[in-house]
Amino acid sequence: MMDVFPYLVAGWVFLTGCYGLATSRNLIHAVGCLSVCQAGTYVLLLAVGYRDGATAPVFSDLKPGSRPVVDPVVQALTLTDVVVGATVTALLLALVVQISKRHGTVDPDELSELRG
Amino acid sequence: MADAVIVVALLLVALSATAAVAVRDPARQALVLSVLGLVLAVLFTVLQAPDVALSQLAVGSALTPLLLLLAVHKVRRRGKKEGHHR
Amino acid sequence: MSRRARLWLVAVGGAGLAALFVAAALDLPAFGGDHHPYGDRAVHAALTRRTANVIASVNFDQRAFDTLGEMTILFAAVIGCVILLRRTHDEHRGRPAPEKVARPVRRYSLLVLPVALLTGLYVIAHGQLSPGGGFQGGVVAATSLHLLYLGADYRALERVRPVALYETGDAIATSAYVVTGLAGLIGGSAFLANTVLPYGTFNTLSSGGTVPLLNAAVGMEVACAVVVLLARFLDQTVEIEEGNGK
Repeated sequence: MMDVFPYLVAGWVFLTGCYGLATSRNLIHAVGCLSVCQAGTYVLLLAVGYRDGATAPVFSDLKPGSRPVVDPVVQALTLTDVVVGATVTALLLALVVQISKRHGTVDPDELSELRG
Repeated sequence: MADAVIVVALLLVALSATAAVAVRDPARQALVLSVLGLVLAVLFTVLQAPDVALSQLAVGSALTPLLLLLAVHKVRRRGKKEGHHR
Repeated sequence: MSRRARLWLVAVGGAGLAALFVAAALDLPAFGGDHHPYGDRAVHAALTRRTANVIASVNFDQRAFDTLGEMTILFAAVIGCVILLRRTHDEHRGRPAPEKVARPVRRYSLLVLPVALLTGLYVIAHGQLSPGGGFQGGVVAATSLHLLYLGADYRALERVRPVALYETGDAIATSAYVVTGLAGLIGGSAFLANTVLPYGTFNTLSSGGTVPLLNAAVGMEVACAVVVLLARFLDQTVEIEEGNGK
């Protein structure tokens, strides 16, 4: 069970975020759901890199080779994405603010009615 | 022992992620998201990824909710003013 | 599309994705397994280049080109925000009145500010040694400045934060990263190759060749980017008001 449980949690988090995105009635809420989706990918990546009984891949207070370490590559991928993802969230929010100025609403359903 | 801690952290992440989607009011969602950020940081620490935990702590529990709240505030204030003029 | 049809589409797509994902997860190597070929090679490469924090080595040495891509996304997102959130001609700038701040809030936020700022700078500086680095430290340092908004008021924050300076800083940091990469090219090997500087002594501040330089450039870029982003959003919520001519 423990072999796949973390992967399943990552999938659950991702799909919940997708569901929220599709049913959201407010674009700001939708942006929040998108960051939940992102969190799912972080959990998956770090779960793939984990190794039982290992420690963090930082050798400032650890003699190299004395203990196994977890996979640093997936951690580096996740780390950059956490910060870059936040700025992309900011860009999306700027778009939402702009939409609310132009159309006076942030409900996706009302917006598509306006266009149609 | 380590496994038990990981399972608890994973369950907390799943729970707070579900809550973040289920809460429909964006201002409240921002608060739930900051809890999610905190829980994720705990999970990453348990998974031996202190670097990622640090950035998740700074971004997930402070920066993103702050940006969301500022956007909510801006959109709400606009809505109020619009209603006032009409 | 009606709400009902959309919900059906999500249900069908989500169920399909869930089924495929579970099938894939069952086929993945078991959680906590011992087989990490890429990880082991990355650790080996980091140690031969005397970088104590393997993650910094992966980010700023082994996959430095990838990080350049990430930085470009960050930079583009900031430019997009600056353009989208600028003041349009039918808006005017209000002067927010200074608000009363509760005494304990003021005292503690002004007390925590220097500590948080220093922590951020420390995390950037020790990126190649201990957990941390430009990405994390930049965010901490930039958000810590905004404690001033909490503790004092918006105008105090504006005085310590000339946004134009941070915008320039953002651009300079991005170019510094590219210039360090070009130095590798001129130094006789490849773009962003870590061959220009000596690797130094393991576990000291100057170890790792170009890793500390690229790390500092990223730290500066992230800090400036976050300050600019928050400044734009605060501008919109606190200062800019709608014109009445709608």
